[in-house]
Amino acid sequence: MSVAVAERAIDEVAFVPASEAGPAPKRIVVAYGFWIFLLSDIVMFSALFAAYAVLKRATAGGPTGAQLFNQVSVALETAFLLASSYTCGLMSLAIRSRSHVATYWGGAVTFVLGAAFLGLEIREFANMIAQGATPQRSAFLSAFFALVGCHGLHVTGGLIWLIVMMAQVAVMGFRTRVQLRLMCFSLFWHTLDIIWVGIFSVVYLMAVAP
Amino acid sequence: MTELRLDRAPGDASAPVEFEAPPGLLIYTIGLGLAVLLTATSFWVANTSLLWGPGVSIGLIVLAIAQMGVHLVFFLHITTGPDNTNNVLALAFGLLIVLLVLAGSLWIMKDLDANMMLSPELMHPHMQN
Repeated sequence: MSVAVAERAIDEVAFVPASEAGPAPKRIVVAYGFWIFLLSDIVMFSALFAAYAVLKRATAGGPTGAQLFNQVSVALETAFLLASSYTCGLMSLAIRSRSHVATYWGGAVTFVLGAAFLGLEIREFANMIAQGATPQRSAFLSAFFALVGCHGLHVTGGLIWLIVMMAQVAVMGFRTRVQLRLMCFSLFWHTLDIIWVGIFSVVYLMAVAP
Repeated sequence: MTELRLDRAPGDASAPVEFEAPPGLLIYTIGLGLAVLLTATSFWVANTSLLWGPGVSIGLIVLAIAQMGVHLVFFLHITTGPDNTNNVLALAFGLLIVLLVLAGSLWIMKDLDANMMLSPELMHPHMQN
């Protein structure tokens, strides 16, 4: 090795390339793995979105979206889910500062807002079914219930997960394992809000738009 | 040890390892503000009669994509930082698949619609006799 090269190498000791920095911290690796799962979930939703967009006009003489959807209810659902995404972020901050009280508060508000979203959605589905707009009525309604219902099931799963995580914080405290799971939960919850952005734009607002 | 540091293209100075400041309250609040703004705009666009009708759905799609970007950056913290490179690459691949699924489905089904335009009698055989 020539002296010049050796000197340059010494000059650059402070600059460590990513390939030589050693294994990434567990937090990064876990977030990456969970991110891949979330992307696969997004790909699944994109198939449901494509099915909805293709079947939007296939109402088979049944009710159309413009007749069925209630914009006030959609606006409230959107507000609840966005607010719960924000409080979930606040909960992440509380977890970082290891504050039990703030974490429980963040979790509780997130849960209540998520449950309010789910309640409104279930009421909307029940109203539609009472009007005879069941999934069996038309291809449009099948695609609608598949897409929005799948998102609702994800929210339900998220709420159950949140309860389990609060119990784990209570029993195990802020161990590394629990913190990583809480991080995955918040990634999951924020992703559900991203999918809801697509749903309220493509499903609800486009149906009422001129 | 020094030899390991030499497998790099000339002029390709890698950035010093920096530890990103963890996202704080401000980041989430800015994200919330932008998301509320974009959501309100979406609802206004869908209900106003001031805009050209056929352009409304394109506007809604643009607003939705912008809001998804806001959520990704401010809530999911997908950044350009060195420890986020893999996340960004995975996101790019995911977006490729999403675009293929959406554009491919819409394109093929539109094409089928245009090429299989049947006469009303053939479309609804059960309505004859």
